Amino acid sequence: MRVHVRAGARLKRAWARRSEDGGYRQYVVYLAFVSILAVFALMLWDDGFLSWSNLLNIGRQAAPIAVMAVGMAFALASAEIDLSIGSTVALSSLVAAAAVGNYGFFIGALAAVGVGAAVGLANGLITVKVRIPSFLVTLGTLGIISGIARNMNNLQSMPIRSDAFSALFGAGSLGPISSLVIWTAIVFAIGHFALHHLRWGRHVLATGANRASAKAAGLSTDRIRISALMVSSVAASFAGVLLAGRLAIGRHDLGENDLLTVIAAVVIGGTSLFGGRASVAGAVTGALIMAMLNNGLILMGLEVADQLIARGLIIIVAVALSMRTPSESVGDDVP
Amino acid sequence: MTAPALSVRNMSKAFRAVQALEDVSLDIHRGQVTALLGDNGAGKSTLVKCIAGVYQPDSGTVSIDGETHRISSPDVARTLGVETVHQNLSLIDSLNVVENLFLNREYTRGGSFGSRIGLLHKRRMSRECQATLARLGISIPSLRKPVGLLSGGQRQAIAIGRAVAWGQKIVLLDEPAAALGVEQAQRVLDLIVALRDADVAVLLITHNMDRVTQVCDGAVVLRRGRKAAEVKVDQVTKDDLVAFITGAKTTDSGT
Repeated sequence: MRVHVRAGARLKRAWARRSEDGGYRQYVVYLAFVSILAVFALMLWDDGFLSWSNLLNIGRQAAPIAVMAVGMAFALASAEIDLSIGSTVALSSLVAAAAVGNYGFFIGALAAVGVGAAVGLANGLITVKVRIPSFLVTLGTLGIISGIARNMNNLQSMPIRSDAFSALFGAGSLGPISSLVIWTAIVFAIGHFALHHLRWGRHVLATGANRASAKAAGLSTDRIRISALMVSSVAASFAGVLLAGRLAIGRHDLGENDLLTVIAAVVIGGTSLFGGRASVAGAVTGALIMAMLNNGLILMGLEVADQLIARGLIIIVAVALSMRTPSESVGDDVP
Repeated sequence: MTAPALSVRNMSKAFRAVQALEDVSLDIHRGQVTALLGDNGAGKSTLVKCIAGVYQPDSGTVSIDGETHRISSPDVARTLGVETVHQNLSLIDSLNVVENLFLNREYTRGGSFGSRIGLLHKRRMSRECQATLARLGISIPSLRKPVGLLSGGQRQAIAIGRAVAWGQKIVLLDEPAAALGVEQAQRVLDLIVALRDADVAVLLITHNMDRVTQVCDGAVVLRRGRKAAEVKVDQVTKDDLVAFITGAKTTDSGT
């Protein structure tokens, strides 16, 4: 009895703390996740929405999006944006495919991630040194990388003939859990830790919230912005490794259509598009929501056109609920 | 006579065609509050930003305790013991009180490895933040609140508290009491007096002559980027100061 009372008091305190930050909005994404899950579970009970194989399907689909979303959360947190992630996925998958054949799975994955680091460094350096908004820089590199990927194997997909690579990065599983899901969990853990427990994460948020103040506090904001864009690109290239592992190919159009899905996932998750506020857990949950929507709407038997409409509406509602910042909501309350 | 805590010599700074500072020299001393006065656009904030490492002056030197340094970045200024409360740049709204107080000075745990990767020691920062604010008599309802949600007075108190917390020897304050209510402004003044009594050298930019006569020992007046006067506050009247600011009186009296 006593224990219950104490736990209740602790919960109440935690809630009070959260609501005084205006931070309850950061929980919208989890509420949305549970509601959508519940609705689909009830409506699609007979279609096996909750079956293990379907849930695993959703997890596998969400994995590369979630990995990209974690990276994008850092780019957005620093008040930058990375539009080149889709093409980075494609190029990394091709580089992995090319390298795996000659040097084995480890070098293959390493080379792919190295591509990501190089792309991110280029994005960051151009953004910071030439002083062009990252929106435009990465719009440019998106095209360039996309072109390089298309040239690399003349629009042909490149097979990956390494069982180790496929098992480790996609097709394999540990017990009942797909390796894709495990990798996603690892990326989530690293991202969450870096954002909340490392000085670097805090400095990324400070830089994104107010670059002039951050600079006045002595932060080297240039280096921080470059590193945030590098994290985004490295995450994208790792998503490329996961896609390549799952499909056992590298191809120029992998990830090409994922950019907007990733941005939607990150923003639904409570990360501000304008910097200074980010949630890695929210980004991953957002990615799960996007995958669940895809899966559920298909199982419901909606036409592709109706799927698009339904998905668009749900995204707008979720973003509207999660996006407003605490200070704005204070303003709203004061007439 | 010991060397002044901070000594600026012949500092000039231009922004394209606009000469914001021209050949300005001034000294500030430990245990004294020096007012930096001047009309809008006189160059006060530019001067403070040059000392704080935010801007690089075109020419001139800054000496601290008699030693000349090149202040190439805000980080260098901080290491030399100069803390600045800028007009608008002092706090990051979305970070909470603790995070702001320790921004770029975070405590880490986990030994040398922890400090290399920057593993935050949150509990220690929280504890010390609480202790510091209590010591300064600053009461903030919640340290976990983003500072953007606090009142102007509380924000200024935190910004000044940051300078105090780090035991800096020189504190530059750019209009710390502007836009504050009467009571809050008084509390900021109390903090400034506390700094002075702790033997800190304070440079205070203000437009309020009452504050000058209330807490300042000396005053430097800038006019159109040049030094118009450097006086001891007890040797002049408020009207004299206003006259220096508007240019009605130009002699460099007092010193």
